[in-house]
Amino acid sequence: MNLTLYVWRQAGPKEKGRLVQYEARDISPDMSFLEMLDVVNEDLIRRGEEPIAFDSDCREGICGACGQAVNGTPHGPRKLTTTCQLHMRNYQDGDTIYIEPFRALAFPVVKDLVIDRGSLDRIIQSGGYISVHTGGVADGNAILIPKSDADTAMDAAECIGCGACVAACPNGSAMLFTAAKVTHLASLPQGKIEAGRRVCMMTEEMLRQGFGNCGNHYECESACPKGIRVRFIAKLNREFLKTRST
Amino acid sequence: MTLDPKIPSGPLQEKWDRRKQELKLVAPANKRKYRVIVVGTGLAGASAAATLGELGYTVDAFCFQDSPRRGHSIAAQGGINAAKNYPNDGDSIWRLFQDTIKGGDFRSREANVYRLAQVSANIIDQAVAQGVPFARDYAGYLDNRSFGGAQVSRTFYARGQTGQQLLLGAYGSLMRQVRLGSVLLHPRTEMLDLVVVDGHARGITVRDLVTGKVASFAGDAVCLATGGYTNVFYLSTNAIGSNVTAAFRAFKKGAFFANPCFTQIHPTCIPVTGDHQSKLTLMSESLRNDGRVWVPKDRDDKREPGSIPESDRDYYLERKYPAYGNLAPRDIASRAAKEVCDEGRGVGPGRRGVYLDFRNAIERLGESTIRERYGNLFEMYERITDENAYRRPMRIYPAPHYSMGGLWVDYNLMSTVPGLFALGEANFSDHGANRLGASALMQGLADGYFIIPYTLADYLARVAPGAVRADHQEFRQSREAAAAYTEKLLQVKGKRTASDFHRELGRLMWENVGMARSKESLTSALKRIPELRAEFWENVKVPGTGEQLNQQLEKAGRVADFLEFSELMTRDALLREESCGGHFRIEHQTPDHEAKRDDANFAHIAAWEYQGEGKEPALHKEPLTFENVELAVRNYK
Repeated sequence: MNLTLYVWRQAGPKEKGRLVQYEARDISPDMSFLEMLDVVNEDLIRRGEEPIAFDSDCREGICGACGQAVNGTPHGPRKLTTTCQLHMRNYQDGDTIYIEPFRALAFPVVKDLVIDRGSLDRIIQSGGYISVHTGGVADGNAILIPKSDADTAMDAAECIGCGACVAACPNGSAMLFTAAKVTHLASLPQGKIEAGRRVCMMTEEMLRQGFGNCGNHYECESACPKGIRVRFIAKLNREFLKTRST
Repeated sequence: MTLDPKIPSGPLQEKWDRRKQELKLVAPANKRKYRVIVVGTGLAGASAAATLGELGYTVDAFCFQDSPRRGHSIAAQGGINAAKNYPNDGDSIWRLFQDTIKGGDFRSREANVYRLAQVSANIIDQAVAQGVPFARDYAGYLDNRSFGGAQVSRTFYARGQTGQQLLLGAYGSLMRQVRLGSVLLHPRTEMLDLVVVDGHARGITVRDLVTGKVASFAGDAVCLATGGYTNVFYLSTNAIGSNVTAAFRAFKKGAFFANPCFTQIHPTCIPVTGDHQSKLTLMSESLRNDGRVWVPKDRDDKREPGSIPESDRDYYLERKYPAYGNLAPRDIASRAAKEVCDEGRGVGPGRRGVYLDFRNAIERLGESTIRERYGNLFEMYERITDENAYRRPMRIYPAPHYSMGGLWVDYNLMSTVPGLFALGEANFSDHGANRLGASALMQGLADGYFIIPYTLADYLARVAPGAVRADHQEFRQSREAAAAYTEKLLQVKGKRTASDFHRELGRLMWENVGMARSKESLTSALKRIPELRAEFWENVKVPGTGEQLNQQLEKAGRVADFLEFSELMTRDALLREESCGGHFRIEHQTPDHEAKRDDANFAHIAAWEYQGEGKEPALHKEPLTFENVELAVRNYK
């Protein structure tokens, strides 16, 4: 199939960007979206033009490196699917596709579709862990965890840190990202001791990094390639309120 | 030079304890004076950097990804082994040791493997303490599953994302140290050179992938946890960015490279669909617990799989290896798949595929149980192939997955360059000629959490901190050489892209140095690789400049190293005139096509020493001695 692409090109963080039109020719339906861009890039290089910069690494939907807004939707039209796992069979010959970086105040553009998501790392740095040193811990089975709690923790822990939730949110909020980590750890007995401090530190850091607040749009859940649920934001709020009520 | 593996004396069970008693310590107040460089933030790198930071060392951690949470360990699906014996099914440290030595086809060191089995249980405890949400049973206890090459259930797992969860655990610990100021993080930074001063590793030269700036970092020791090299095949299950550059450039600075021909071809990956393909996707080996592998008995059977009756199916793994059946080790399962496809009985487009069928398991356990166990894998399969594996068997085929070879290290994980350590997949140490499933996560974390913190201290205690700074002449020369190399790539201004060369190299390696190797195929690859490399340096086209984010430049640098490394790998495969584990020489097989080892001549580690550009590398042999297990023919029948 042949497609018309409009791709965001921006030379650097301080440069002005714009949408540039490209033709993608002879695209196979078995290609992934990023393989389609590989083909376009190979073509650009051969023609002596600068290829489109975009992040990707594992190309199997787990590392969280890739992420582009495809026709305005982070990771594109298919639910629960990262850009690297989106396949061209979802498109038809003659389609026009707009490809842009994930946009948010806290995600400055580095180049073209590449963004800086260091702000998400800094939220984790502020407390998204259990403060345990290596060594001197109890036997794994000394801590019993009800299956339902372990399952909830795992549901939340599946977040890949891609930032689609932020890009989808009209407020550029990282509430879903932060809530996922808070829920993962607060659902487990090991994580309860620091739960109050954790939620305060992480939400403060979230604001400091320039993320907005939750406005209950639920766009984040809809865009999340891993199905992280907005009810975790309720959990985040509850954990936060608990620290105020005592 | 004689290679000294520095294996502690005494009985196998006491070696590690004995070594820990011998090792020197660094006093708490002195630790912060030592700067340790850790390259790579996958399981081995993140766990090492976090633990060294906790201990009080000053750590610089580098990764080429935008965040340390994205190391390729994250993609490991099935699980992590540990000799916990929770299911009471007869497991022990000894049995895990024995399975790993046997699984590796007797080409690894007894002492290293025993230590790995010993610390395996600590890893689970550590991960649980970090909040890794391992699967639990309804009473709240940790759950186990079985995996290839083992007859016990010792694999711990977090759905199909065990690598992700373990890495996020290590990443959390690392981020905590970043917050506390003991670890300085350098994302989007690629190592281009190892700096050696007076015979000791003293730092690295890197390129900032955003600004293009070439800079050096000095340290008192360097730990490489930079993963494996199976992207030498172009198509593999590795991430697009996985590369051999850091390890290979350390090789050029004096670190020996061990057993480069030992690569693992994973049996359960989604088959190739076309030339456009940029990677192959693995379907966790755990699927073989419930899935049955088969092909039609008749090569001309064109029926849909569901319409082929039992009597016309060949469950070839169950037929050939009744004791292990579908759980035969990876190398054996891969070769068996190749064999049936070579016979023309392969399925799917291109006929390079076999069925992995869940029909019986769904009938026995119900679809919801299968969904609970493997739901995310079935979804991934559907996204890629557009097929529903609950209704129609999956199609799978082997793909390059893991490198057992890597930088040579002694028992203390130190390379032949004093002060340079290699961890995780980047070293060669524990898996011999074939790695068992769920053992990579175990080894990466064993190295990072429980081994390097001890052995590194012993080295540091013998050197003065901060002896060399990054303004030393060797650093200046290293920076100049790295910048000149980058410029050289940019100045070729040829016609073919780096990916184009990579694709051609990959095809060449897969056909000649892949699952079945012969003297003829290896000799022809050794002739072709230098030609391709020469063409690369005359005809590669790298757009843009070095002073910007330039992904093509990154790619070209990595491909250039693969074009050299592939020759080393092929040479190693040619000289190893035996078949063992993942290294299968068609000249050396038993009458029923199993790998035929030659213990009299090849029970050794082949460690290669760089001799300079255009010169053949020198081979050194470290003999392997087996005092505790009997060298036997692997039998999974």
